[in-house]
Amino acid sequence: MAQDAGTNVKGALGLPAKRTPILIKGNDAIVKGAILAGARSYFGYPITPASEIAETASRTASSGPGISLKQEGISYCAGAELPCVIATIMRGGPGLGNIAPEQSDYNQVVRIGGHGNYRTPVYAPASGQEMCDLTMAAFETADRYRTPVMIAADGFTGQMMEPVVFPDPIPALPEKDWATRADAATRRNLISSIFLEPDELEEHNRHLQRKYKEIEEKEVRFSEYMIDGAKLVVVGYGIVSRVLRTAVHLAREEGIPVGLLRPITLFPFPKKRLEELARQAKRMITFELSNGQMIEDVRLSIHDRIPVDFYGRMGGNVPSAEECLDVIRRAAKEGGTL
Amino acid sequence: MSAPVYEVFLQKPKGFYDTYERKSGDKTLMHYCPGCGHGELHKMIAESLEELGVRDRTIFLSPVGCSVFGYYYFDTGNIQCAHGRAPAVGTGAQRSRPHSIVISYQGDGDLAAIGLNEILQAANRGEKMAVFFVNNAIYGMTGGQMAPTTLPGMATTTSPLGRDVKLAGAPIRMCEMISTLEAPVYVARCALAGAKEINRTRKIVRKALETQAERKGFTFVEVLSTCPTGWGINPPDSQKFILEKMVPYFPLNIFVDKTDHEGEPYVPHPEPAPSKIHEILRLTGHEVGSFAPGAVDPRYMNPRMKIAGFGGQGVLLLGLGLAQCGMMEGRQVSWLPSYGPEMRGGTAHCHVNISEDEIGSPLVSRPTVLLSLNQPSMEKFEGQLVPGGLQVRNVSMIPAASKRTDIENLDIRASEIADKLGNPRAANMVMLGAYAGYTGMLQLETCLAALPEIVKKKTLVELNRKAVEAGYEEGKKARKA
Repeated sequence: MAQDAGTNVKGALGLPAKRTPILIKGNDAIVKGAILAGARSYFGYPITPASEIAETASRTASSGPGISLKQEGISYCAGAELPCVIATIMRGGPGLGNIAPEQSDYNQVVRIGGHGNYRTPVYAPASGQEMCDLTMAAFETADRYRTPVMIAADGFTGQMMEPVVFPDPIPALPEKDWATRADAATRRNLISSIFLEPDELEEHNRHLQRKYKEIEEKEVRFSEYMIDGAKLVVVGYGIVSRVLRTAVHLAREEGIPVGLLRPITLFPFPKKRLEELARQAKRMITFELSNGQMIEDVRLSIHDRIPVDFYGRMGGNVPSAEECLDVIRRAAKEGGTL
Repeated sequence: MSAPVYEVFLQKPKGFYDTYERKSGDKTLMHYCPGCGHGELHKMIAESLEELGVRDRTIFLSPVGCSVFGYYYFDTGNIQCAHGRAPAVGTGAQRSRPHSIVISYQGDGDLAAIGLNEILQAANRGEKMAVFFVNNAIYGMTGGQMAPTTLPGMATTTSPLGRDVKLAGAPIRMCEMISTLEAPVYVARCALAGAKEINRTRKIVRKALETQAERKGFTFVEVLSTCPTGWGINPPDSQKFILEKMVPYFPLNIFVDKTDHEGEPYVPHPEPAPSKIHEILRLTGHEVGSFAPGAVDPRYMNPRMKIAGFGGQGVLLLGLGLAQCGMMEGRQVSWLPSYGPEMRGGTAHCHVNISEDEIGSPLVSRPTVLLSLNQPSMEKFEGQLVPGGLQVRNVSMIPAASKRTDIENLDIRASEIADKLGNPRAANMVMLGAYAGYTGMLQLETCLAALPEIVKKKTLVELNRKAVEAGYEEGKKARKA
């Protein structure tokens, strides 16, 4: 399912070409991935279920309540075009909620939780391997576009252990001529998000929007499972996509023509692919650990061309594959045409 | 007067830009009101930067407040910060460029209200930065509202009848508060009023920046400053206001001076060679497939497992051992600890999948294998087992019989076997061995090789090895019977 987040086993640095996996927690894989991507400083706040990231330390990471506090900084980084990577391991909310997995911060993360005309690319890993690989991708994206980038995982993906093959460290990212490096070459540089003149700020905002458009054109990632001939398309990301994979497999064995689309980037959202699928399918269902937040992006992507149902669990409950299978069966039956 | 003397007189300190590239207005003048203390303090800082010859390595942090445009004036690296967050930004800047001299320039709303936590934490950590705290007792830029430093009885736009300390508390004395912390090396309060105090202020500013240039630690300089516009009094009377009204409440003093020691020289951390990073991070495990899986009865293949017991029985470690073995035999595995609302009821448990194919849900709601280490676990989870599933029961801790007749039960006296080996806590590894021996899903050789990977205490590896072997024998025996 993660075929496009490759394992990059090159052996170019004299490391053994054949890498061996280690069994590691998702949160720890983020830390190691960040170091392989060149991160040498870390500023975070321990909030369960993201605490391992703060403990292991060396970007920034937190969970829902902490990300709310970071919104001010994310907006300023977007305005001043400072690259950074922020990981959120989503937990139950609102308020203090609980520490069990939810995806209820989709709106906060994807539709942005701070002020101003900005977006942040968002990667949604679903496995230990992706916790590493997408963290590394996040660093490259942040650097290339000079933007904050978010990694949105859930408590399960953070706490789960899976085998991970760690790729080569990425070569040092280019030196920044715009930074304040405290040297003669950069002495007159200014990092600021202030543009007092309306025309100047409008132009700055237009520049940001062009950047987001380019990101939407170039950085979309998604994966699919049993999508060929699917008349019913289920959409889920992160841990939910793993449960759905099992459910889709079981449903196909019963003869239900169902397939899975899993967004890997939540912004940019795989709009074009969904639009294509809406021509082939008769119905879609989004499965989320929330009250239904991603569903709005799905409906917008396909312009409500076909009905989109929603199935969600909240409070930290993760649906079982059997539970999702029931929803798929019902939709297949009620849809009549499947 | 001859012309050259006149020109020298007009020359600005080198710490300033030659012209201030603001959008409108005279590009040789600052934007501050006549009689405001900011311009004077800016000049003192710029002079010191020039004298110390450190412009190139200086990063000036502009706050939100009247001095928001500090970056128009200081010919240094500049960062404009969110309200109150300059000490946090400074922490990042200084730590990622440890040779830098970081100046955090903040007003009383910025530092003593919204940014109080940032300043105290940075001071307490002893971040190497110079903080200049401009205290003029009100919010200046927004038009003269009450600040944490507004004097008792002082009228502002939000306290038109004067600050009532019963309602708004007494003014905060920042120097005194920061002096209680261990880390700051220099804490001083001075005033921009009267020639004597202004001269003293110049020396204090210089001292703070010198301390930074020598990397000695956190310095905090509070400057009582005039705001004729906000106070509604003329510039000369504003200086009088400082001396007569502010100084009695905010006494001028050097509160802390621990600068009489050598600075900490900056020694860059050597960056490890890229080829060494995997080794440093310990990112390489056992070669997959070097432990061949054995022939397995199809009904035991691709187990979806739940492992349950009470806290302290090593349930999570047992699960980890199973996943580690599966991985070493070249299979896909996942391990998920019991977590969130599932943790209720006094049992600890985890979910393990070992599969030939990619694993979908790591959550096991209908297990094919249940390892019950105590009775509550059996009672709680055996109902979830699929018909025909396998339950391995630690019957040392489970006197009751299984209620399921459509499953296979393997009864192992795991705690007693472990006790005989020297420690009942090794029962989890007896269970691991028993499962492997009974089903053939995992090879004994793999289990033994996995132990050093999962058992942190090296002294316990031997005990666990014996436990796995004993369990394996029990399981194998039961299988044959």
